[in-house]
Amino acid sequence: MNTWFNKHLNTLMYASGILIVIGLIFRTAGNAEIMNITFVLAAIAAIGPIASKAWMALSMKSFSIELLITIAVAGALFIQEYTEAAIVTFLFLFGAYLEKRTLEKTRSSIQSLVDMMPAAAMIIRDGREREVDVDDVEEGDHVIVRPGGKIPVDGVIVKGEANINEAAITGESTPKSKTGGAEVYSGSVLDSGYIELTATKVGEDTTFSKIIELVEDAQERKSGTEKFLNRFANYYTPAIVVLAVLVFLLTQNLHLAITFLVIACPGALIIGAPVAYVAGIGNGAKNGALIKGGEVVDNFAKIDTVIFDKTGTLTEGSPTVADILIFDDTEEDTFLKTIAEIEMVSEHHLGQTVVREARNRGLNIQKSNAEAAEAFKGKGVRGRNRGADYIVGNKKLMEEHNIFITNDVNDIYISQQKKGSTAIYVARNKEIIGIISIMDRIRQDAADAIRTLREKGVKNLVMLTGDNYHSAKKVSDILGLDGFHAELMPEGKMRYIEQEKKNGHRVMMVGDGINDAPALALADVGIAMGHGGTDIAMETADVVLMGSRMEQLAHGFTISKATYKVMLQNTAIALLTVALLLGGVLYGYIHLASGMLIHEVSILLVIMNAMRLIKLKDRKAEAVRLKESIS
Amino acid sequence: MKTNLQTETFTCPSCIKKIERNLNSQEGVDAAKVLFNSSKVKVEHDENQINAEEIKGIVEKLGYPVLDIKSR
Repeated sequence: MNTWFNKHLNTLMYASGILIVIGLIFRTAGNAEIMNITFVLAAIAAIGPIASKAWMALSMKSFSIELLITIAVAGALFIQEYTEAAIVTFLFLFGAYLEKRTLEKTRSSIQSLVDMMPAAAMIIRDGREREVDVDDVEEGDHVIVRPGGKIPVDGVIVKGEANINEAAITGESTPKSKTGGAEVYSGSVLDSGYIELTATKVGEDTTFSKIIELVEDAQERKSGTEKFLNRFANYYTPAIVVLAVLVFLLTQNLHLAITFLVIACPGALIIGAPVAYVAGIGNGAKNGALIKGGEVVDNFAKIDTVIFDKTGTLTEGSPTVADILIFDDTEEDTFLKTIAEIEMVSEHHLGQTVVREARNRGLNIQKSNAEAAEAFKGKGVRGRNRGADYIVGNKKLMEEHNIFITNDVNDIYISQQKKGSTAIYVARNKEIIGIISIMDRIRQDAADAIRTLREKGVKNLVMLTGDNYHSAKKVSDILGLDGFHAELMPEGKMRYIEQEKKNGHRVMMVGDGINDAPALALADVGIAMGHGGTDIAMETADVVLMGSRMEQLAHGFTISKATYKVMLQNTAIALLTVALLLGGVLYGYIHLASGMLIHEVSILLVIMNAMRLIKLKDRKAEAVRLKESIS
Repeated sequence: MKTNLQTETFTCPSCIKKIERNLNSQEGVDAAKVLFNSSKVKVEHDENQINAEEIKGIVEKLGYPVLDIKSR
């Protein structure tokens, strides 16, 4: 029975609407008898699905708004209020219809992500090419993707090359060129080219599936305001029932009591906050800023202090060796090879840059050539190579080893740092023989993002880095930050955040998500560069920037502010409507039909208000993207 | 066994409690979770006691048509 009503819901609604219009035409023609008949028919057509739902809920021992409507309409028919019966039933169905349609819209941003999920895959099994359902692809399968095709699983390219659009993962629509050995992600699209890949993650384990799941969970996670509203509704509903009973006892007017019950239903109040968060979080996800829940949106919106990590966050994080200065007659390649072999113990990005540079020059470096090599976290390395003791690192490390730095060497060191480079001392047998200078470029979109944050009300933008004073100052000056603290150890960053929080600031920390995990957790909002969705970033941060772009940070902040505002507006609209309606009913200005109309309008109003969030775009970010696509 | 049901758009957040409560009280259901915003019902259950089709039946009987089922 219920399924039948569900299937014909719209037909019944239209029938009821048409019957009401016909009735009104007859009334203007002065034929009230026929009007009454069409109105009764309209009410009967529309009450079916409502009564069926009411019964269903009742059989599951729950009390529903449909039950109230059914009672009210039966009552109206009984006292021959045909107009009221017809209008109320029609409005209820029509309202539910509009509500559903508009709600689908607020969810459409995440839906359009889900739709990027590929359905089928071409694989080679037993030497034959065949098409299988994407769920049937197994780890290790050999998968083929042709131009225009979607990559069905995460994998590593084994053959071919292609321009790949990874918008589904990173929110970035400029295609990337990838070839053998590169990782590719499910949900990306081949713009051109041809690749074969080995599947490494399939089904629910792919990065894309994880993103979808994360967003879906985020949309369910209630904010403080929502929790409050839910608690409020828990008290509110029984309170209204009690009030309605009181109204009935006092006035002996059953009609009034039922009207009161139906109209007081807090529809807009319950739906107003969630639709805002769903639309906002959906918008963020689509543009590469994953915001993990309503709570995070609220906190994000209230941020007044932003702390940036430098390397990999404000800078590109792919440093290169800019200069090698040697103070004795050692040949440059030999120098580099010797240092690189010791640096191989280091996990620090500066050490790895030296190693990479040596490899790029085709030097045959062997870790085993270095003896007793050890790394000092955040300072440098030490080791024996070619019969000499080497200490390679920053000023602190040199001082700790009592290595004398002449004024001339110090001048060179500082002049390198003033160019924005990070300089590393190289000491052989306790004497400085050279400086390696490493440069990391500032991200193109960093300046714009910082400007947006400032315009949107962030008061204090600070950079914390383990790097040296001069190169930190250079970055800070170029970007116009409010301040910076250089040569900090990880604990120093934590202390700084704690202090800011103690001073009553709302602190957001932006880091690369790998080295900064504890600081991210400590801040009010922790934001991580996602690097296309590394697990660690997805787990530790409150917000993940999937494309590792500063522009996504600005967008996330903009959308959170807007979402928070819409949520407050919606709550105000809902409370005001309920107050007006209840007052109106008690003073007799508002009847069931008109009350129903206002009630439905208020629900649509809050949904439509939230829909503004779907389309919200950061105009400046758009401009940057346009500029990039042209160049 | 895990079963995910995609239903028609949920419109009323308090109705989903109805589904959760009902499914959780079924024999063989370990955990049932309703995702209001994505209109999904996620159920962990023992196949020998209750299968995916039966779960679908319950959700539909509560008045929410099921569009798609996935079981693993």
